[in-house]
Amino acid sequence: MLSIRSLLSALALSSALFTPQLYAQTLNIGIIGEPASLDTSQVSGGVWEADVLMDFFEGLITKDPEGHRIPGVATSWDISDDGMTYTFHLRDDAKWSDGKPVTAKDFVFGWQHMLDPASASKYAYMLYPVKNAEAVNTGKIPADQLGVESLDDGKTFRVTLKEPAPYFLGILTHYTAYPVPKHVFDQYGQQWTQMDHIQTNGAYKPTRWVSHDHISAEKNPEFHDAANVAIDTVNYYPTEDRNAGISRFRAGELDVMREYTSDRYQWLKENLPDATHMSPFLGSYYYVLNHRDGHPTADIRVREALNLAVRRDVMSKQIMDNTFLPATALVPPGTNHYETQHMTLDGDDMNARMAKAKNLMQAAGYGPDKPLNLRLRYNSSDEHKKIAVALAAMWKPLGVNVQMINSEATVHYQAIQNGDFDVARAGWVADYDDAENFLTLLHTGVGNNYGAWSNPEYDRLLDQANITLDEDKRAGLMQQAEQVALGDYALIPLLTYVTRNLVNPELQGWEDNVQDDHPSRWVSFKK
Amino acid sequence: MLSYIAKRLAMAIPTLLIVITASFFLMRVAPGGPFDGERQLPPEIEANLMAAYHLDEPLPMQYLRYMGNLFQGDFGPSFKYKDFSVTDLIAQGFPVSLELGGLAIALALLLGIPMGVMAALKRNSTVDYLLMGTALGGIAVPNFVIAPLMALFFGVILGWLPVGGWNGGALPNLVLPVVALAIQQIAYIARMMRASMIEVLGSHFIRTARAKGLNERQVIWRHALRPAMLPVLSYLGPAIAGIITGSVVIEQIFGLPGIGRYFVQGALNRDYTLVMGTVVFYGVLIVLMNLIVDLLYSLFDPQIRYDD
Repeated sequence: MLSIRSLLSALALSSALFTPQLYAQTLNIGIIGEPASLDTSQVSGGVWEADVLMDFFEGLITKDPEGHRIPGVATSWDISDDGMTYTFHLRDDAKWSDGKPVTAKDFVFGWQHMLDPASASKYAYMLYPVKNAEAVNTGKIPADQLGVESLDDGKTFRVTLKEPAPYFLGILTHYTAYPVPKHVFDQYGQQWTQMDHIQTNGAYKPTRWVSHDHISAEKNPEFHDAANVAIDTVNYYPTEDRNAGISRFRAGELDVMREYTSDRYQWLKENLPDATHMSPFLGSYYYVLNHRDGHPTADIRVREALNLAVRRDVMSKQIMDNTFLPATALVPPGTNHYETQHMTLDGDDMNARMAKAKNLMQAAGYGPDKPLNLRLRYNSSDEHKKIAVALAAMWKPLGVNVQMINSEATVHYQAIQNGDFDVARAGWVADYDDAENFLTLLHTGVGNNYGAWSNPEYDRLLDQANITLDEDKRAGLMQQAEQVALGDYALIPLLTYVTRNLVNPELQGWEDNVQDDHPSRWVSFKK
Repeated sequence: MLSYIAKRLAMAIPTLLIVITASFFLMRVAPGGPFDGERQLPPEIEANLMAAYHLDEPLPMQYLRYMGNLFQGDFGPSFKYKDFSVTDLIAQGFPVSLELGGLAIALALLLGIPMGVMAALKRNSTVDYLLMGTALGGIAVPNFVIAPLMALFFGVILGWLPVGGWNGGALPNLVLPVVALAIQQIAYIARMMRASMIEVLGSHFIRTARAKGLNERQVIWRHALRPAMLPVLSYLGPAIAGIITGSVVIEQIFGLPGIGRYFVQGALNRDYTLVMGTVVFYGVLIVLMNLIVDLLYSLFDPQIRYDD
C-alpha cells in the first residue's frame, strides 16, 4: 500500500515538474537570409534583418500587429510649430535586458554610432533629416554636433531637424533609429553584439547564433510589456532555398515561412488554404527608362508607346499567377495618407491603345523599315525573366526588337547606375510608410534615379511637400508631383508587390500588413 | 619518407602563392563591387565603406596588406557577415562540412567498393547490369533533384526524418544530407572499382596466383583487391577535399551551416575576403589531400616506396 502511495506521489511530483514545459511556447520562423549583423549600423538592408531586429530592439515609436504606429520607448512626443524640433518623453519602465534603464543617452549614442564615418553604415542616410547628420557622416564635424540631445537626466530625447520633414515619425520605426546600449558598447566596443555581451531592449534577447543555421532568442523579462508576451523562445532559421522552406513548413519544423516563391502560390492556396497568406505590400516593381541623351527612351513618344503596349492585367494574372497586382503608378496603393495616382493609358481597349502606340512610334521615326532596338536589362531570377520576356512580346507588335541582358544583381545595379541600358528592371520596397520614400526615386540627382529623369516642376513640388506640415496639403503636393512624372511617362510602372507568407493556422496575433512587419511579441499559439 | 613529405610541403608553397595571387586579382576584375546593390549609396557613405575596408588604396597596396595579414593567420573581416570574421565563419562551418562529407565518403566507400567488386566478378550478368544501371542512375540524376525528393518523401510524407536543419549534428538530421551527398560518389566509386577490378583480374600476376592453385577468394582478397583500389585512391584525394569543403546545393536544400555556400555567396556578394579565405582554405586542403593519397599509394602498390 505504501509503495503504491509513494509511486503515485512520485508520479504526481514528476507531472508537476513537467507541466510548465507544456506551456512553454516556441516559435520557429523561416527568414529568407542570414542577417549580416545584429548591430543596426552594420546590416545590409535585407527584410530578414528587420524581421530579427524588431524582436530584439524597440525604437521611440513601434508598430502594432497591423503595422500601425504606436508608442515604443517614447510614451508621447511634442512637435514644435515650425516642425523642426521633436521632443520625446521616454517611458519610466524602459530597460535593457540586464536591468539597466534605457535612457535618451542610448538614443543619442545609437544615432551617433549610426552616423559615425567609422561605422561605414550603408543605411546612415536614413537619419539625414536630422540636423548636421550628413556633415557628421562625412567626417566634416564631430558626432557631438549632431542635432540630438538627452534632457532631464535621460528622460527626454530631443531631435532638431535640418528642415521640416513631415515623414520623420515614419523613419523612427526603422531600425536605423533604434537605441544602442551605450554601457555595453563602452565595455566591448564593436564586439558588443557577441552573444555573451549583447543586451537588448525589445521583447527578446538572442542567446545563440550559429551562422547560417539559426539564431535563438529568449523572452526578455525586463521588457516593459513582458507580461503580455506569450512566446518564450523564438528561433530564426535562414532559409535561402524557399522550396525547401515550404517542405520544412509542411513537416511542422517552421511555424512561419516568409516569402514563399510566387510560382508555388496556386499549389499552396489549394493544398494549405488556411496557412497561405497573401496581401498587398508597399513595394513597386517597375522598369526604368533611360532619359540620357542618345537613348531612344529620351523621346516621350517612345516612352508613351512602350507604356501603352504593356498589358498589366495579363502580366499580373497570366504571367505571375496573381502573385503581383497590376500597377499604373510608382507609389503603391495603401500608402499612408496618399491617394493612388494613375498613368493615363486610355482605358482597357487594347486595340485602340496599340493603334495609338503605333502612331506614336511612327511619329518618333520608327517603323517597319527602321525598327526600334532596345537594350533591356534585368537581374537574373525566374520571376524577372518571365516578366522581361512578356514585355518583349508585348512590344513586338510595335516593331520593337528587344536585346535582353541579364546579369547577377551586383553587375545589374552597377550597369544601370552607370546608365548602360535603355530599359531596365528595378524595384523599391518602402523603408517607411510614406509616399516620399517612393517619389524621391525620381528627384533630380538622387542616386537611385537610375534613368536620370529630371523635371524642375517635379523637384519643386516634392521639395515643397517635404517642408509642408499640413498632411492634406502635403499629400496634395506629392500627388501633383507624381502626376507630373506619370504624365511625362518617366518610367514604366508595372506591378505592385504582395506579401507572401505561410503561417501556422494555430498562431494568433499574426496579421497581414502593408509593410509585412510581424513582431513576435504580438504572436501566440491558440488554446 | 619524412624528407619526401617536407619536400612536397615546400613545393606546395609556391603553388599556393600563385593560387592566392591569381584569385586576388581575378576577383577584382569581376564587374561590380561589394557595395553595389539595389539601392545606390550616397557617395559619402560609399567613401566611408571603401575607407573602412581599405578599398580606397591602390590595388598592389591592398594585395600586400592582404598577404601580410594572411601570413599572420588573419583572413580579415567578412564584408557581408559583419558579426563574424572569415576565420570565425570557416571555423564554424568547416566541422559541419567535414562531418557531412566524411560520413558521405565513408558511406560511398562502404557501398561503392563492394558494388564494383561484385559487378566485376559477375561481369555481364544480371547482377552486373543491375548494379551498374543503378550506378549510372546515381551519376545521371543530379543531387538537386534527389535531395528535395528525399526530403519530401521521408520528411513531409512519411515524417520519419527532419526535412532540414543541423540541430547540432543530431543523427536524424544527418541521414538525408549524407545519403544525398553520397549517392553520386557511390556510383562513381562503384564504376571505377568495377573497371579496375576487371583489368587487374586479367593481369599476369593474377594468372600466376591462380596457377599456384590459390582459391578464388584468396586471389581476390590477397592479390587483386589492393592494386584494383589504386584508381579509386587517386580519385579520393580531390574528391574528399571537394566533398568536405561542402556542397552548396545540399547545404541550401537542407539548411545546413557548412562552408560550401561561402564559395558561391562570397563570389556573388563580391565579399572579397570571404572568397579569398575559402580559396586559401580549399587550396591548402587539396594540397594536403593529394599528399596523403600519394603516401597511401605506398601501402597499396608495392612498387612505390618513399625511402630517404
